[in-house]
Amino acid sequence: MRGPLVWAAFIIFIGGAIYRIITMITLAREDKVIHPYISFKFGLRSIIHWLTPYATVNMRMRPAFTAISFIFHLCLLITPIFALGHIMSFKESWGISWPSFPDVFTNALTIVVVITGIVFLLRRLGDPGVRFVTNWKDFALLVIVLLPYITGIICYYQVVEYHTAITVHIASGALWLMIIPFTRVAHMIFFPLTRIYMGSEFGFVRNSKDW
Amino acid sequence: MLKDLPEKQVQDAGIDEGIKKLTPEKIAAVVNRVMDKETAARMQIYLDTCVHCGLCNEACHSYLSRGKDPRFSPVGKVRQTIWELVKKKGLVEPEQLRDMARIAFTECNVCRRCSMYCPFGIDIAYLILTVRRICNLLGVVPQYLQDTTNSHATTLNQMWVNQDEWIDTLQWQEEESQAEIPSLRIPLEKEGADIMYSVIAPEPKILAQLIGYMAQIFTVAGSDWTMPATDGWDNSNMAMYSGDFEVMGRVERLHWETAARLKVKKIVMGECGHAFRGAVYDGPRWLGWKYPPIKMVHAIEFYYDLIKSGKIKIREKYKEHVTIQDPCNTVRGLGLGQKLRYVVNAMCENFTDITPRFEHNYCCMAGGGTINCGPPWKRSRMLSNKVKADQFKQTGADVIITPCHNCHSGIEDIVGFYNLGMHVKFISEILVEVMEIPDHLKSDS
Repeated sequence: MRGPLVWAAFIIFIGGAIYRIITMITLAREDKVIHPYISFKFGLRSIIHWLTPYATVNMRMRPAFTAISFIFHLCLLITPIFALGHIMSFKESWGISWPSFPDVFTNALTIVVVITGIVFLLRRLGDPGVRFVTNWKDFALLVIVLLPYITGIICYYQVVEYHTAITVHIASGALWLMIIPFTRVAHMIFFPLTRIYMGSEFGFVRNSKDW
Repeated sequence: MLKDLPEKQVQDAGIDEGIKKLTPEKIAAVVNRVMDKETAARMQIYLDTCVHCGLCNEACHSYLSRGKDPRFSPVGKVRQTIWELVKKKGLVEPEQLRDMARIAFTECNVCRRCSMYCPFGIDIAYLILTVRRICNLLGVVPQYLQDTTNSHATTLNQMWVNQDEWIDTLQWQEEESQAEIPSLRIPLEKEGADIMYSVIAPEPKILAQLIGYMAQIFTVAGSDWTMPATDGWDNSNMAMYSGDFEVMGRVERLHWETAARLKVKKIVMGECGHAFRGAVYDGPRWLGWKYPPIKMVHAIEFYYDLIKSGKIKIREKYKEHVTIQDPCNTVRGLGLGQKLRYVVNAMCENFTDITPRFEHNYCCMAGGGTINCGPPWKRSRMLSNKVKADQFKQTGADVIITPCHNCHSGIEDIVGFYNLGMHVKFISEILVEVMEIPDHLKSDS
């Protein structure tokens, strides 16, 4: 489990991500109107605004949701990297390690991910404007994304028989990694591309702001 | 979907007759051809990246004005059109296409406000324009809008203006303006002039006085300008909005070739929004140019330069309480928000700004080809822009300065529909009143 599956997960995730980025940038040549107008200066300006809490009008219009979204994404990304259990696995397999969070902090972050994830779920169900454009895949993706975090906590507190729990946890984590390039979770890969494009079109071509 | 709404009963021969000739197979053939051959990375990445978050909803004047009805939200409009077409691989019933055409042509102004609210900057306008393209190729376009495209295709201008009518109108306006400035001329076909002035076709047809005002402004400013006597004088481009990109390209090519023929250094255009978009962005790109061959200057920027440089001085400021409209194509499309306010502040002593403003101003619900869909859709447009009426009411002003033709007409409609009791004016209408005419140009009487 720890061997081939994790390898496969990372290869598919990283390879898939690179594949999608390269094919998308190549495909962009067919649009003809993308590459000639790309400006990394204005693209970066756009990216920075949209990655800074409350730096855009839409973020300021909905302060609570902005907080939840930033917290969700931040915790989602840093928790797996600094969880002691993960670092120990890397140490055992590849001899590399790096500082970890104290367990109590990691657990708190994990619970925050699950709670904010549930807020997303409730919003999707409760806001008619969001519900109207929701399909089963949106729910499925949320479940797949939250599963490693839910099972991680279950593993830590040994609520369930450990060997089963850790197997499910690793499998869910692998699944999470593998689906990234091939589902809507790819928004994390494509965010820079769409943002640089729109930042260029608004900022460079039109001398206006896209935030 | 939208069939539950009263507007569903609007009769529009362009759409109603168009769908009669269709079958799901014919629709699928065109949909798939457009998706395969005319779209590429943008379509793909927007379909894959949109996480269905709905953060674009509150950007749209339609959604907000319709009581936050999700069927009018940007992503909601995309769901009812593009997503449906992709899901069914184009095999939809002609009746479904009627709703899609209605949404794409009359419920979205492609104003790009939503793109500023989407965390990914998805170009929802592009998706809607693709639906329009598909509808155009299937012959399903609102009648009035298609008529303007037909006019573009036949006369190279939007309003079926013949060449002799064009010249007559210019000569008439020249005479009218000579009452103010006796030596005024509208130089036709002057090769090598600095500036070619181009207008949108409704001006000679129904707003000819604006040509006269501009002639006065040019004369007072001492500009070296000219206008073409031939086709190519119209910088408007409804074909861009009806999805007939081939005609769009023809119109733009002639416009640029006319300026090139007259060997001018730049084109100054009147107070229109979409004309700049068509002439400098969409047209050239369709024609395979990165940028147009000659500089094009929007009227707002031109007035700014004239006032800032002192070529035009203000004799006495306008006293009425004014507010302004930031047209989407000049503010989101050209960043002219600050220059517009400079001009308005220079001309007017009592100016109240709008909120939200600059790039975040709401669309007028008339541009993007929607008002050009004609009277059948007027009520729908009005219902979809209550937020605009509220926005203007909040300013307490009496006059709305609106440097764009479609905004002007659309806002007049809103003023009427919502009983705002405000007047709508172009910048030039006020500028000719407040500008100082040098003694040597003044009329003797």
